[in-house]
Amino acid sequence: MAIEGADLIKAAAFLGAGISMGLGAIGPGVGEGMVAAKACEAIGRNPKEAGLLTRTMLVGQAVSESTGIYSLVIALLLLFVV
Amino acid sequence: MALDVITVMNVAAFLGGGFAMGMGAVGAAIGEGYTASQANLAVSRNPKISGDIFKNMLVGQAVAESASIFALVIAILLLFLNMPTSGYIQAASLLGAGLCMGFGALGSGVGSGFPAAETCLGIARQPSVSSRLTTNMLIGSAVCQTPAILSMVVSLLLLFMQFQGIPFQPGWGAVIGAGLSTGLAAIGSGYGGGLAAGASCEGISRNPNTVANVTTIMLVGQAVAQTSSIFGLLISFILIFKSFPESQALSPAVALLSAGICMGFGGIGPGIGNGAAAQGAVRWVARNVDHAADLMRIMLVGQAVSQSTAIYAMVVSLVLIFVL
Repeated sequence: MAIEGADLIKAAAFLGAGISMGLGAIGPGVGEGMVAAKACEAIGRNPKEAGLLTRTMLVGQAVSESTGIYSLVIALLLLFVV
Repeated sequence: MALDVITVMNVAAFLGGGFAMGMGAVGAAIGEGYTASQANLAVSRNPKISGDIFKNMLVGQAVAESASIFALVIAILLLFLNMPTSGYIQAASLLGAGLCMGFGALGSGVGSGFPAAETCLGIARQPSVSSRLTTNMLIGSAVCQTPAILSMVVSLLLLFMQFQGIPFQPGWGAVIGAGLSTGLAAIGSGYGGGLAAGASCEGISRNPNTVANVTTIMLVGQAVAQTSSIFGLLISFILIFKSFPESQALSPAVALLSAGICMGFGGIGPGIGNGAAAQGAVRWVARNVDHAADLMRIMLVGQAVSQSTAIYAMVVSLVLIFVL
């Protein structure tokens, strides 16, 4: 079975997309979970500030999410554009 | 050098079997070692009840051990089973089965160590609640084992499915991808479920009156942490049961393999993150039970955000399977 160049490039792009999104999902997943854990701790200590803490948690998680979105963008570029 | 089918199948089975047991031994050993280390600490704090601590250490370690026993079963099947059918795709499937069980036992083994360790410490702190702690530990660590059980289900499917008539060219990517998807995603869910269960055993020993609230929020938190391994299982089932058109090109097979890799790795982070969120919530429900509802709400919101990357990974996997 001979492998053609164009086929090999397509295969590499697919593999790259999977690795990009797969590994890229690890960091935000763990990081956002740690934010949520600390938010729970903070609300446990000071329940009156629950609204403020929820807002802070969501903003922090949104920033942490950005690298996951970069991975998604790169994966979609590899799949559909390149 | 031409290799015949039987040789290739044996190579795949032995590689898969070795990988399953080698990786499968890592998680349970770490979890049990951690349990034993905390049991020693507990005995040093409260030597009078060393018998009770010792008993709970062994029960907790036995549950953690089950993940590696699943791996042993799959490894022995791979080594000694006479396959009814032979083919190159069957060989790829045997390798996938080994990869799935090897990775799948990691998280559950490590995770089950946390509730057992916290139970030993908790008994030293509060000997009067030892039976409640044991019950809670068993519930928590049983949930921790589910990702390993899902991996075993996929491994057994890959071992015993008949792949006659299925073309080798995209098929090999599908079966190896199916193994990697559930196996890798199980790492995060097993570990994360363990974090939540450990915090609940600690919380009950500090504040035994909160046992009902603590066990409830632990189970909710663990259930959310399991979702990423269920996404992995879903992708595996699609890869195993969907039929793919034959193709001489390499890229369709690599797309299916990549779908499995994407969902597998993508499930690790959210599983651990959801477990960490549940750990924080459970710990503080035990300390501040009046605000259990607030804590449950913020835990679920936080977990939902953390879950999003697993959903991105699932979307990319589904695109790789269905669109391309």
